[in-house]
Amino acid sequence: MRKINLLVSITAICTMVFLYIPLLSVAFFSVNDTKYGMVWKGFTLDWYLKLFQNEMILHAAWNTLVLAIVSTIVSTLLGTILAIGMDRFPWPRKMNTTLDLILHLPVIIPDIIFAAAMVVAFGFLRALSSMFEPGLLNMIIAHITFQTAFVALVVRSRLVSIGKEVEEAARDLYADTTYLLLKVTLPLLMPGIVAGAMLAFTLSLDDFVISFFTAGPDSVTLPLYIYAAVRRVVTPQIHALSTLVLMVTIIMVICMERFTRKVNIK
Amino acid sequence: MKGLQLRGINKTYGNVKAVEDVSQEIHSGEFFTLLGPSGCGKTTLLRMIAGLELQDSGTIILEGEEITALPAIRRQINTVFQSYALFPHLNIFENVAFGLRSRKVPGPEVDKRVKKTLEMLELGQMTKRFPHQLSGGQNQRVALARALVNEPKVLLLDEPMSALDAKLRAQVQVELRRLQQKLGQTFILVTHDQDEALVVSDRIAVMKDGKIIQFGTPVEVYESPKNKFVAEFLGTANLIEGTYHDGQFHTELGIFELEKPPSWKKGLIAIRPEWIRISDTKPDKNGIRATVTEMIYRGTNLDLWLSPGPIRLRTSTYKNIQIGDQVWLDMAPKEIAVLNE
Ligand SMILES: Nc1ncnc2c1ncn2[C@@H]1O[C@H](COP(=O)(O)OP(=O)(O)O)[C@@H](O)[C@H]1O
Ligand SMILES: [Mg+2]
Repeated sequence: MRKINLLVSITAICTMVFLYIPLLSVAFFSVNDTKYGMVWKGFTLDWYLKLFQNEMILHAAWNTLVLAIVSTIVSTLLGTILAIGMDRFPWPRKMNTTLDLILHLPVIIPDIIFAAAMVVAFGFLRALSSMFEPGLLNMIIAHITFQTAFVALVVRSRLVSIGKEVEEAARDLYADTTYLLLKVTLPLLMPGIVAGAMLAFTLSLDDFVISFFTAGPDSVTLPLYIYAAVRRVVTPQIHALSTLVLMVTIIMVICMERFTRKVNIK
Repeated sequence: MKGLQLRGINKTYGNVKAVEDVSQEIHSGEFFTLLGPSGCGKTTLLRMIAGLELQDSGTIILEGEEITALPAIRRQINTVFQSYALFPHLNIFENVAFGLRSRKVPGPEVDKRVKKTLEMLELGQMTKRFPHQLSGGQNQRVALARALVNEPKVLLLDEPMSALDAKLRAQVQVELRRLQQKLGQTFILVTHDQDEALVVSDRIAVMKDGKIIQFGTPVEVYESPKNKFVAEFLGTANLIEGTYHDGQFHTELGIFELEKPPSWKKGLIAIRPEWIRISDTKPDKNGIRATVTEMIYRGTNLDLWLSPGPIRLRTSTYKNIQIGDQVWLDMAPKEIAVLNE
């Protein structure tokens, strides 16, 4: 028994190392004072400073933020409304499983299929208006499309855990629909909405595939920039950029974790 | 016209008849209890009175006014839910104030009424706390306060004590009864606990399979059950089968004299265990010779099983009885309930 425990521990540690070595090495080279080679030449923050002087990177960072913020706001709104509508409307029971499936599909469909479908859809839309040329607007719409499903799923699970009895109590206590929504449903739902928004934001920040298929020449985001740069040559600047993106993601994830834990304790 | 009238209420879920043709008058100011086993439709009936569920057919009249089609927010009826359903994000004060605030009652009046209600239910110290910081018994009183502060014409309570432990429950039952008598408000309680129903109620309606099968005062339903179900659901009963002829009831245990002749030829009588007396000498009427086969000591009384039968007997004034003793059982005619269904 002891031996097996030891074996499991060692495997776990190896797996962790396996998972984190690539990330750690990127961070390592981002502060290494040499442009080429694998040898440690001393600590520097030059590569980080250079990042902030690179117009293209700053532009890409700006695009990434605009895309993530706008798509998160819209998808949080839509996802919340969708979740409330799905859960609180007295659908017939058969309809429920269909709705469930519809909601889960965008989540489990491979990104690449989703992206290809977007290309087709925007092809149609382009015939109607030149607004739908590849670019930031298309990217925002595409991101909203897949984020909404994620937000709706998170919000819906929160709705289910709140249950219907509290809302019935509110109606029994003379609350009309607006009052019920403002004073009971939304306050109780807020942790779910915030968690959904944070998830949507991280997904948008890190998305490559869908952005790649919908971006135009002027709407390069950080993941797209990194991809393009790496294909030419891997510079320590890219390591620095990757490390920054990674750190933002990690901070988001930690915040989300903290937040949900706090809410659960309460 | 005062009080609440239910007329021909029906409700079906799929192919389950949850409530079937219920017509019942509930007087103003009475403590009325719907008593029945789990799944008999009590909650469904209560929810239709509250306006949280729409009946398939039937009419509901409150103080002479038809409210059949009104939604919950337009009925002056409030509910204490089985799970209390308190608002977890609001403190106790705001929980209780909810029904007043949603109707835009002015602030100072809200303050006054909430404080008064909280004082009445001994929750004055708890106003700033949240439901998850209170005990089950305290939360139950908050749920009660939240409903009562609105001065409803009818207060509905759906098994409000099912989450409390037995000792607290017994205490709360008495307190609830006192509260209702002090306020003089109409209470409708749902429970599956027969003791609870007997303790708190002015009148009890016994439900089974969606129908009310008997209603009356606690004394009436306990002492004159209409049928086997009511006799057995409200406490224990010795049910004895037999035929009635020549002015007497003939059974396997012997011949009984009844107070009034029954309406049937063949049927059941019920005798509650505590109605049977033990006697050393042969009683002049309905005496049965029996042997003690089993005994359980309960402190306040002694439960006996006797053969033939087996007959169950409960006594509090027992002498020295042993298993195997032969005794006379005295089942006086006035202690025998004739089941008419
Ligand atoms: N929303 C519902 N959908 C389907 N069946 C229900 C629903 N509510 C209650 N029932 C059924 O109606 C019957 C009565 O239920 P209920 O009123 O909750 O009983 P009680 O409160 O006496 O335990 C049960 O058979 C229950 O399964
Ligand atoms: Mg129930």
